[in-house]
Amino acid sequence: MLRLIAQRLGLGALTLLAASVLIFAGTEILPGDLASAILQNNATPESLAEMRRELGLDRPAPVRYVEWLGHVATGDLGRSLASQRPVAREIAPRLRNTLFLAGYAAVVAVPVALALGLMAAIWQGGVYDRAINFVTLLTIAIPEYLVGYILIKYLSVRLGWLPSLANVTPDTPLATRFVLTLLPALTLVLVVIAHMMRMTRASVLQIMASPYIEMAFLKGLPKWRVVVRHAFPNALAPIINVIALDLAYLIVGVVVVEAVFVYPGLGQLLVDAVSKHDVPVVQACGLIFAAAFILLNMTADVLAIMSNPRLRHPR
Amino acid sequence: MRMFGHRLSLPALLGLVIIAANLLAAVFAPLIAPFDQASVVGDAWGDASAQFPLGLDNLGRDLFSRLIYGARMSIGLALVITCLSFTLGIVTGFAAAVLRGWVDTVLSRLVDLLLSMPTLILAFIILSVLGTDLPVLVVTIAVLDAPKVFRLSRALAMNIAALEYVEVARVRGEGLWWIIRREILPNAMAPLIAEFGLRFSFAFLFIAALSFLGLGVQPPAADWGSMVRDYRDMINLDAAAPLYPAGAIALLTIGVNFVVDWMLAIHARGHGEGA
Repeated sequence: MLRLIAQRLGLGALTLLAASVLIFAGTEILPGDLASAILQNNATPESLAEMRRELGLDRPAPVRYVEWLGHVATGDLGRSLASQRPVAREIAPRLRNTLFLAGYAAVVAVPVALALGLMAAIWQGGVYDRAINFVTLLTIAIPEYLVGYILIKYLSVRLGWLPSLANVTPDTPLATRFVLTLLPALTLVLVVIAHMMRMTRASVLQIMASPYIEMAFLKGLPKWRVVVRHAFPNALAPIINVIALDLAYLIVGVVVVEAVFVYPGLGQLLVDAVSKHDVPVVQACGLIFAAAFILLNMTADVLAIMSNPRLRHPR
Repeated sequence: MRMFGHRLSLPALLGLVIIAANLLAAVFAPLIAPFDQASVVGDAWGDASAQFPLGLDNLGRDLFSRLIYGARMSIGLALVITCLSFTLGIVTGFAAAVLRGWVDTVLSRLVDLLLSMPTLILAFIILSVLGTDLPVLVVTIAVLDAPKVFRLSRALAMNIAALEYVEVARVRGEGLWWIIRREILPNAMAPLIAEFGLRFSFAFLFIAALSFLGLGVQPPAADWGSMVRDYRDMINLDAAAPLYPAGAIALLTIGVNFVVDWMLAIHARGHGEGA
């Protein structure tokens, strides 16, 4: 099992390396390089050449890639073109904010989704099951900003219960932070919970068709016990996978939700940087998002291997 | 009511009605919309009245008319993107399945790499260099979405290419293009149509999200996503303005999902059962 897990970790590291190539190449191979993007309409051949020299663009791309990777590995993410400040210093407080928000949402969403999914599986075909199925089918298709604005309109503007802007600063106390980010976190929860819950229900119900479950029923066990003690542990591997996938989705969804609530997170910084052609910041943020995405998928694989003995001995 | 020889479920029927209404609005926008999308007809944020059913927007334009014209941009763009990503994905996917060997290996690894990263982040990286002109947006999203079509069409074609009649065609000396077009495509049609619906709603939501973030359709052109962005400040004054375009986006996505859900269900059930 250790060898299998080590293999997965190695594969994850390799994927991350490939992703860094992709991120670097994405800003390199495309027509129109960084210099022309910065200068835009003011570009003369001379100023372009000057700018290219200044940014080191006159050297071959593979050399610059290795250099860039070396810098990233030692924590030096370069300088922002827009603010001239070190990228690492721009990113650090925002990364903390984004992790806080995503973590907040995940901690609420995962247990609730599991509970709702199990309940739907226990009362399969009942009114609760059908109702929640229909509701989740609806919410699964609704974009984050609609959920966010509906919550703002009713919970914050009409009722005045919660603030509509999540304008936290580095010295906001933790308790206030939880209140300020409650609406954005709630939006994220509502967006991911439907899919997580549906997949939990489906995985459990698939297991429910197997003979050993029938045996458990014939033994006279109550349904909730069969679902929770017999079916759920075996459904865990696919459920973990789905949760990781949804949490990875959370990372991307966070970009839009931050824009809705004007939350000073990494997503806002990234969107800003894209519109300003601030490539060093885009590369750094992109790398962080990609790393989180890959890390979650890798963790899911490892957890699935650990939770299911059958996966430990692949044929 | 029946479609493809199967009875339509109630959600599927509802979905078809939603899709048809949206398509009609997009095609006949100038006939349906009471005002031009760019003409100022009153004060900014004028109240809803019999003349302006949803009120006026930030510049005093009729919100209802703009919503109808927005359908053109949103649906049109998403359709173009989906068609492009489908062509790309199907041709490469089928080619990989028929040719096998190094073509398959190279394409499959490339697709794995593209799928190992969040699409939105990849799009950001490309848009930060190339800017946000419409052709750039269309090609970027289509290329980033094609890997998912590639995966499906490769898997479908792998199964079909192993069948005798494809072998016969190959022995007969038919070329790659003929085999793809005449032998594989017709037999992979049903699941591909359902996939088209899914990819359409993905492209539709994606372009709307980009526009909402200010990185998609740029003014003066407007789609539903950029309308949400333009009107978002009004939410703090308890106005519903941003909810209309956002609701339109959600409604069409739900409609498409209902139909796709029904199509996937009939394929899962197999043919012959007319339920």
